[in-house]
Amino acid sequence: MPNGRSSWAGRILALLAKDLRAEYRTRYAVSAVFLFALTTLAAVSFSLGAGGLPAHYLSVLFWVILFFSALSGLAQSFVKEAETKTAVTLKLAASDDVVFFGKWTFNLALMLGLEIVLIPLFLIFLNAQLARWSLFLSVVVLGSLGMVSATTLIAAVIAAAGVRGALFSVLSLPVLLPLLVPLVRVTEICFPGGAQGSGIPELRLLAGYAVVVMAGGWLLFPYVWRE
Amino acid sequence: MWWKYLTGAAMAGVIVAAFMLPAPQIQIGDASRIFFFHVPAALAGFVAFVVAAVYGAVYLKTRNLVADRRAAASAEVGLTFSTIALISGAIFANVTWGVFWNWDPRETTLLAVLLVYAAYFALRQAVGHPSTRARLSAVYILLGGVAAPFLFFVLPRMYVSLHPRDTLVSGGGEFAMTLPVGLTFGAAMVTYVLLYLWLFQLADRAGRIKEELDYQREHVL
Repeated sequence: MPNGRSSWAGRILALLAKDLRAEYRTRYAVSAVFLFALTTLAAVSFSLGAGGLPAHYLSVLFWVILFFSALSGLAQSFVKEAETKTAVTLKLAASDDVVFFGKWTFNLALMLGLEIVLIPLFLIFLNAQLARWSLFLSVVVLGSLGMVSATTLIAAVIAAAGVRGALFSVLSLPVLLPLLVPLVRVTEICFPGGAQGSGIPELRLLAGYAVVVMAGGWLLFPYVWRE
Repeated sequence: MWWKYLTGAAMAGVIVAAFMLPAPQIQIGDASRIFFFHVPAALAGFVAFVVAAVYGAVYLKTRNLVADRRAAASAEVGLTFSTIALISGAIFANVTWGVFWNWDPRETTLLAVLLVYAAYFALRQAVGHPSTRARLSAVYILLGGVAAPFLFFVLPRMYVSLHPRDTLVSGGGEFAMTLPVGLTFGAAMVTYVLLYLWLFQLADRAGRIKEELDYQREHVL
């Protein structure tokens, strides 16, 4: 771990590097997330993919696959600390802010990695084209930011509760619903034949949600992390 | 204590007035009378959510388990009122448009609030240790409280919804807000909140008695 003179950002990156290295050694979260996504995509494509699907189906399927794949792996960042009993050392070594944003960044890296793989495969398997790339990518990035902000805190909650992953999905979905509804609607605009619209109100909502939930998560995190 | 009698009398008055007055909205007719019951129930559900979140914050500051007990009591009553609002809304939807559920933005966001309540109770069930349970459920209800304004206020206004416009907030609209209708509606809103307070008090007392019983069982018997 870095010495006391390094900057805040430096410490967050150090925590990120530690998590990435640990993940590289076991590849547990990464395998869970990628295999879940690929299996779901294969199942969907196998049953539905022959003809072209309407825009709103594509939109919903994309977000369902992405959400549930991410939920299967996003709890890992904190649950692993609890399981390997390294949580105490982490509490001593780094401040609350550094831990929260370090884990946040790790979760974001995991989600973005998943999306980089999933988006091309999704388009290939389901014979889909994107009419509006820039809107789609902005939506995906903003949606990921919001999702990661909410789930980082909830992952800490379930690690502190000492329960397994099923509760994580139960706790995350109600909080993520204000994210899922606009995401599905604005992604539909991105596919040809989908609804019309600029997508700007949804982008504003997604940005607002991401900021608010990140701030809320950051403020509430010390109460979960410390007794 | 006196306000409970007032609540009872006011509720009786509201029920009578809701059915005796001319229907608030001519096109829908008698179905629009649900306005006097569905909207106040949704308001009570929202107030309950806010109170539960406030007690959660109080617990995190004071670490007094009484605050946690009150948060759970408020959530319990809030879940009940939100369910009433959801079901009455579904009945109205069936009478007016022929389907019980349509995934309308308003319907969906109310369901999302119910899911937050349900997840809150699921979390409480999963954690055994009282102070850990109190701490984690307080954090969760506060996180839900951060997401809730999006659910209650932003999303339903962003999308085209069949749900009747809010006459109080936007003014004018479809409902004929004549004086008797307005008075009855105002009285209904206040009465439902008072009813929520009464039920909250009962739930809190029930929680305290349960704690006392558990203590007696462990230490005395």
